[in-house]
Amino acid sequence: MNGQPSAITVFIASIIINNILLTNFLGMCSYLSISKSVRPAAGLGMAVVFVMTITSALNYLVYDLVLLPLGLEYLRFIAFIVVIAATVQLVEMVMEKYTPGLYYLLGIFLPLIAVNCAILGVSLFMVIRQYSFVTSVAYGAGSGLGWALAIIALAGLREKMKRSRVHPALEGPGITLIITGIMALAFIGFSGMVPV
Amino acid sequence: MDFSLTPLLVVTGISVALALVIVIVEKLIIKAGPVTLKLNDAEPKEIEGGGSLLGALKDEGVLVPSACGGRGSCGMCKVKVFEGGGKILATEAPHLTEEERGENVRLSCQIKVRENLVVEVPTELLDIEEYEVLVTGAEPLNHDTMRVTLTFGEGVEFSFRAGQYVQLETPIYDGLPAPTQRAYSIASPPQEKSSIDLIIRRVKRGVATTFVHDLIEVDDELTLSGPYGDFYLRDTPAEAIFIAGGSGLAPFEAILADMAAHKNEKNVTLIFGAVNGDDLYDLDKMRGYEETIPNFRFVPALSSPREEERWEGEVGLVTDVAGRLFESMEGMEGYLCGGPGMIDACIEAMTERGIREEEIFYDKFS
Repeated sequence: MNGQPSAITVFIASIIINNILLTNFLGMCSYLSISKSVRPAAGLGMAVVFVMTITSALNYLVYDLVLLPLGLEYLRFIAFIVVIAATVQLVEMVMEKYTPGLYYLLGIFLPLIAVNCAILGVSLFMVIRQYSFVTSVAYGAGSGLGWALAIIALAGLREKMKRSRVHPALEGPGITLIITGIMALAFIGFSGMVPV
Repeated sequence: MDFSLTPLLVVTGISVALALVIVIVEKLIIKAGPVTLKLNDAEPKEIEGGGSLLGALKDEGVLVPSACGGRGSCGMCKVKVFEGGGKILATEAPHLTEEERGENVRLSCQIKVRENLVVEVPTELLDIEEYEVLVTGAEPLNHDTMRVTLTFGEGVEFSFRAGQYVQLETPIYDGLPAPTQRAYSIASPPQEKSSIDLIIRRVKRGVATTFVHDLIEVDDELTLSGPYGDFYLRDTPAEAIFIAGGSGLAPFEAILADMAAHKNEKNVTLIFGAVNGDDLYDLDKMRGYEETIPNFRFVPALSSPREEERWEGEVGLVTDVAGRLFESMEGMEGYLCGGPGMIDACIEAMTERGIREEEIFYDKFS
């Protein structure tokens, strides 16, 4: 070990151990609202995987090739957000063309990926942790998969929960947050599997 | 710290590069080349994507009526789209009834051609053609209304049913970015096939009507398409009430001339509504039909006649006049042509007096 974990380690760790949603609680807004049934949740999850992977690669290049040599690291927030917004636009166009059903199902939440904090979070973390290019892409893909895993698992639970009696005070977001907390606890069980 | 342009250039550069990528992808994906269009029972045909379905149909020679010129406000360009139209858009929703939604009816001007389409248009639309016509007459009828005569080319016969309309394309002139289309009812009888008359009233700031009044001259060449519409006299024994407002007299002029030619014995009352005497026209012609059509009655009505006119006919809104003439309208047919306000008021008054809504036919100006 030379101080940097390998790309595979980061990939697996970001899916289960350092799950961006369940450990950092980033990207909660769409997680809470598009998790009522599995199909749209899976669709949004896949879109997030795609956007996260692409943006982590693009943002790495923008940071490493443009901002760093020019000494403009402080511009990374604005640069990253612009890249993310453009990528989301592209994903939107591709989905409208090839999966119109899913496109209409996700509705407003598709453009809202652009302001999904998990996506910006991934780009910022990879810079702070000084990952290499390959590790960064692995981290982006892994975090995306982790986010998708979390939202699909939650959607599955909420589908089952439709038939259970929830206390009126806890209906909706309340019980969802409690479930998320329990899920986060469960994911702690994975820690130690991979040393990060 | 020195002021530097570098950060500004970097941010701008990144944004411009990304915008370029988006534009290129959009061109490649959204306007991705040819799609197939299956029209009624015809074989699917390859067409260029990217535009509206209304435009694509026009390119195929199918002229779907559109009074507003594709802005989604008139709701006339309805066709059935079975595949490839996507979801009903917010712009279409107000024009579609529950029943129409069930039959896949859509507004063709709002549908973008992006994927393979299966479309059904009413078969009579396939008879609609585009014609070059020559203005051979422009006669003022009153202070704001004109009768314009349009003559077809040598040997061209224009067949239509009395009551149908044509769409006149206005040429480009100052202040008008692109040719627009406006719908006008044919006022001349269908027996006359080499020319048609239109009655055109000046609408404030109405693009085409202003054009006709300000610029139309005998010997001008215009383009029109038609015939459109299902506003024609039903061949039933039921008694009919015609109500015309302003230039809405036009389709009735055609229908009455046709009735006179066939000695049609249907019981018909025509109420012609206007504000005051200045707005009336063709009164003698209409009164003349009382002699030549067996069971026809003409009732001109003014809503606010001027003192000095000494108007001796009916006074009041057309709805009130119709109510005075017919205590009950049960079993009758209604034919309406005029502005949207008049049409809506008439439909309400007529249904109240017992005409079934399916028996009310109308041509709404929009």
